[in-house]
Amino acid sequence: MKISLSRQYHFAASHRLHTAKLSEEENKRIYGKCSNPYGHGHNYIVEVTVTGPVDPETGMIANLTELDPFVQREVIEPFDQKFLNEEVAEFREEVATTENVCREIFRRLKSFPLARLERVRVEETSKNSFEIEAENTLDEVRA
Amino acid sequence: MIRITRKIEFSAAHFYHNPNFSAEENRRVFGKCNNPHGHGHNYVLEVTIAGEPDPTTGMVLDLTELKSILQTEVMERMDHRHLNYEVPELAGQIPTCENIAALIWKLLEPKIKSGKLDRVRLYESAELFVDVSAGNGARA
Repeated sequence: MKISLSRQYHFAASHRLHTAKLSEEENKRIYGKCSNPYGHGHNYIVEVTVTGPVDPETGMIANLTELDPFVQREVIEPFDQKFLNEEVAEFREEVATTENVCREIFRRLKSFPLARLERVRVEETSKNSFEIEAENTLDEVRA
Repeated sequence: MIRITRKIEFSAAHFYHNPNFSAEENRRVFGKCNNPHGHGHNYVLEVTIAGEPDPTTGMVLDLTELKSILQTEVMERMDHRHLNYEVPELAGQIPTCENIAALIWKLLEPKIKSGKLDRVRLYESAELFVDVSAGNGARA
């Protein structure tokens, strides 16, 4: 039996899809209105999934009293109410697409010490979501 | 292979308390979930069955049968119950979303005769859920 715990978090941020590697015309063609130089924003939803043995003393894979502050510190505080392109160092280099945002969140959360990060899913809007999974899914939990 | 998912909702009370912990430790580990008067949730359960549709009926399984299994195994056991006191299968366990979802998996798996139980997803709230699946051959 494999068991995982998923928790949703929220942040609101602005971004602009634009890369210096392409001409202005190409940026406009590829990113369309998302390339508007003034930027625009979203209410992002971040769904974090962790796996691991269920501790018989607590009945938990991970205590939310530990997972919540970790996600808060690593992702929500640095991303919430920010302009991602300028205020999150990684997006000065990478385009702040939600693919890249999702991958950056995974990088920031994979060091969670108390359970194994299995998946990060980010909803940019209720119509678009992006997810990334840990590559090695073999060490499954025997509950 | 086709997957079919049925959703039900039940409401139940619980609190978290481990008799092996001191009162202070219980408060530290479980926070406000340790309130001995309990609190409750509207749990949402999604049960997914995987299989090939029967060539005659076009169905992976008869939903009426699944409804009746969910009624007997989950609703009658857990709906409008206090999970700490009224569900004997959870005795000695903390009734967390993890333990409830694992119990639901164990209750349902042997009852599904057409198709196979593929996933149990239990939402404690819109922002917290647990998934149980068979995994790669590992069994409880």
